[in-house]
Amino acid sequence: MEFLSDTVVLSRMQFALTAIFHMLWPVLSTGMAIYLVIVEGVWLKTRNPDYYYHARFWSKLYLLNFGVGVATGIPMEFQFGTNWAPFSEAVGNFFGSVIGFEASWAFMLEAAFLGIMVFGWERVHPIIHFISTILVATGANLSTLWILTASSWMQTPTGGEMVNGKFIVHDYFQAIFNPFMAVSVSHMFIATLETSLFVIGGISAWYILNNRQSAFFSKAFKIALAAAIAVAPLQIYIGHLSAEQVYYYQPSKLAAMEAQWDTIPGGQSANWSIVALPNEKAEKNDWEIAIPNGLGYILELKQKLSAPVRGLKEWKPEDRPHLVGLIYYSFRIMVGIGFLLAGLMLWSTLQWLRGKLSPENIAQQRWLMRAWIFAAPLGYIAVDSGWIVRCVGRQPWTVYGLLRTADSASHVPATNVLVSLIGFAVTYSILFIGYLYFGSRIIRRGPRLDLPMPGMETKPAVETTPGQFVPDERPVEAQQ
Amino acid sequence: METLTYFLPQVWFGILALFLFLYVMLDGFDLGVGILSLTASNEERRGILMTSLSNIWDANETWLVLMGGGLFGAFPLAYGTILNALYIPILLMVFGLIFRAVAFEFREQAKRKLFWNFAFGAGSFLAALGQGFALGGVLKGINVDQAGHFIGTTWDWLSWQTILVALTLIQGYVLIGSNYLIWKTTGELQETHYKTAKIAAVTTLIGAILITITTPIFYEYARERLFHRPLVYVFAAIPLLGVLLISLLIRSLFRKEERAPFIWTILLFLLTFIGLAMVVFPYIIPTQITIYEAAADPSALVFMIILIGALIPVMLFYNIYQYIVFRGKVTGGHYGE
Ligand code: HDD
Ligand code: HEM
Ligand code: HEM
Repeated sequence: MEFLSDTVVLSRMQFALTAIFHMLWPVLSTGMAIYLVIVEGVWLKTRNPDYYYHARFWSKLYLLNFGVGVATGIPMEFQFGTNWAPFSEAVGNFFGSVIGFEASWAFMLEAAFLGIMVFGWERVHPIIHFISTILVATGANLSTLWILTASSWMQTPTGGEMVNGKFIVHDYFQAIFNPFMAVSVSHMFIATLETSLFVIGGISAWYILNNRQSAFFSKAFKIALAAAIAVAPLQIYIGHLSAEQVYYYQPSKLAAMEAQWDTIPGGQSANWSIVALPNEKAEKNDWEIAIPNGLGYILELKQKLSAPVRGLKEWKPEDRPHLVGLIYYSFRIMVGIGFLLAGLMLWSTLQWLRGKLSPENIAQQRWLMRAWIFAAPLGYIAVDSGWIVRCVGRQPWTVYGLLRTADSASHVPATNVLVSLIGFAVTYSILFIGYLYFGSRIIRRGPRLDLPMPGMETKPAVETTPGQFVPDERPVEAQQ
Repeated sequence: METLTYFLPQVWFGILALFLFLYVMLDGFDLGVGILSLTASNEERRGILMTSLSNIWDANETWLVLMGGGLFGAFPLAYGTILNALYIPILLMVFGLIFRAVAFEFREQAKRKLFWNFAFGAGSFLAALGQGFALGGVLKGINVDQAGHFIGTTWDWLSWQTILVALTLIQGYVLIGSNYLIWKTTGELQETHYKTAKIAAVTTLIGAILITITTPIFYEYARERLFHRPLVYVFAAIPLLGVLLISLLIRSLFRKEERAPFIWTILLFLLTFIGLAMVVFPYIIPTQITIYEAAADPSALVFMIILIGALIPVMLFYNIYQYIVFRGKVTGGHYGE
């Protein structure tokens, strides 16, 4: 148990733990926000009350999710100072600014309009409400944009240089639009959408399977499916682009993702291994099963590689990522889930085209519905696996090629970090269980279809002068 | 160039002071109401307390996140050193904020609310306590080496003086929280909070007096600063103004005014803030690191003024709009659906 006295290792474990947990909530906060915009827009357009009730129902889940997202996000930000002070000092010029932009562009916007979106149905005009929903979605997705800009810059730091241990920016434009930025932002954006779609579809499938308001939920199911038709294949393509950019800019990470110990020269075909037992001591895989020519297709969409794929042995052990097995399998889990979700989408689309998803028939698609329920958590697993590939694969660097992880950690006594690490582990487990428990309670209660529907006519925000007569200001549905 | 290296850090000191002030004022009443919820006599009252925060707690807390991000970008050295030195107070605050935030959402869904009620109140208390110690710790000064890196020990931030600061800050939060509730509620609940406001006004006053007396005794830098002409006149004016404001506040409480107490309290906070800022400036870590030493590269500061500073009016605008939408008294105790 040597690591228990190693501040760097403990700080890394703490960052990994908090990031992996934090990530579970933003995925829905960003993706589902877009879905809420869609249902509310459809309601305003068609005036079909079902879509209004969809907006009301899912926003309850959304609020719960958002609260936990904020709670787990705050420690992320403060950790940069408490546990990674040398890192903060070295990269504050760029990285710190971007964290600031995230707060001013994104967090403030979503936080301020969330109140109106959730509690303001009776208080503002439907159009203002719709704008608020759009602004919440915009804010949430701007936070994807900025945090992935920051994260991408850590992967491919461009736009400046290290001077006396500090990163000085020469060109902010170049630093923001660093080589990884566009693809990484897209991959993450689509990941939140895809995960949310399968969560919404999966929950709807649960209602349909249990014959609860099947017709109502088949609407949500179809919106999710229709969007998944575009999103699922797109994610595989963007994933391919991600792999390509890693191939060009971070060959040591690619070697770890592939558990490739020896260099494959250019002009050859390369196999893609699907199961292997990497052995870091012996610097080889104890055994593996591979798809012939697979790697060529993944990286360049052709059989033979034009450039060499460098093997791990080309770097000294202290200059290359460790935990090769973790990186290797995380990558495969993510890719596997990407194809699984796309396959489920294809199967469902086929049934749809055959007319099997009409409100009368949909409840008979029992296996399809079960498959969607099963698929609901898969997106989360893919997202966390993706982050493990990205962050663990970047090691031993925090800022690739510029700043080592070992030089990034604060000099805090190991016991302090150990105590806070245990604190986070316990707290986050409570949050996770509480979230599942209360989330499933919202789902089991189901939607309320008797809520008053705001009309289009303008109503004054508050009908009485405050202080004289005191109206019951709760949303009408909460008054008994 | 020379002027830029002075001017830009000063601008950022001002912006961060603004963020911090907005945070202390807004999340101050938020945390204060949270602490007061521990004393709420029944579930219905507690429900009303929490409903009065339901739509705003998140936006209020975000000023802290914004302040953190701004500090990180504008004064990276200070961000690292301060948070590193205050590891324990910051984590107290973080854990407090976590429990408070989730308790808010979980409570509404829970059948048995006892645990989450407690988590909400205790989380608010813990967050305020952590912030008080952090503030006290910064005023006390941080032990750093030549390069400005923290070289002290884990418990440096703890002393009688910082305990006093922490307790006073908590009292201040309870005061502004009570005044917010006076504004937002009616009837018996409002009566109760006229009482808590009076008590908190007195305890805050005591704390403030003790801090005013002890600070120059304990901290040499403050002594030099305070008794230095011509600033000494300004510093002499601050306690006088403070006493005036507190008496106005207490008078308005006795007259059962609804909004005036909240406004007097805000002015009182503002006054304290100006006093603190004048003692601290131009240091960001008193007497060790000036804002000029800790500042990021001028180009980064300019870049941040464009992308954060320019948004301040917009952020203020939509935050105020939100308060307008939800103006009026709160009577119901259910914030969810
Ligand atoms: C998918 C994009 C995404 C990613 C990769 C991250 N976050 Fe996050 N974060 C969000 C998307 C988000 C969000 C959607 O904006 C949240 C979640 C729910 C919420 O309320 O806001 C949020 C909340 C949130 C908050 C609280 C904001 C508030 O008060 O409203 C902070 C301080 C952070 N995050 C910081 C971080 C840091 C330092 C990360 C890097 C490790 C990080 N987040 C990864
Ligand atoms: C939210 C999703 C994320 C997940 C799940 C995640 C995952 C991880 C993991 C597993 C580690 C530990 C790596 C190791 O120690 O071997 C790590 C480290 C780190 N990541 Fe990420 N990460 C996420 C987002 C980010 C983002 C957006 C940033 C930057 C903006 C970031 C910056 C860092 C830093 C600074 C470290 C600590 C230093 C290190 O150990 O490399 N991470 N992350
Ligand atoms: C099916 C094919 C897929 C491929 C080939 C693929 C490829 C990749 C690669 C190479 C990375 C590492 C990028 C880096 O280190 O910079 C990555 C990261 C990531 N992947 Fe995937 N991926 C696929 C599917 C998915 C799916 C289905 C999801 C989630 C629904 C997902 C979510 C993520 C996330 C969140 C990251 C980290 C952040 C980012 O780089 O944007 N991926 N992916």
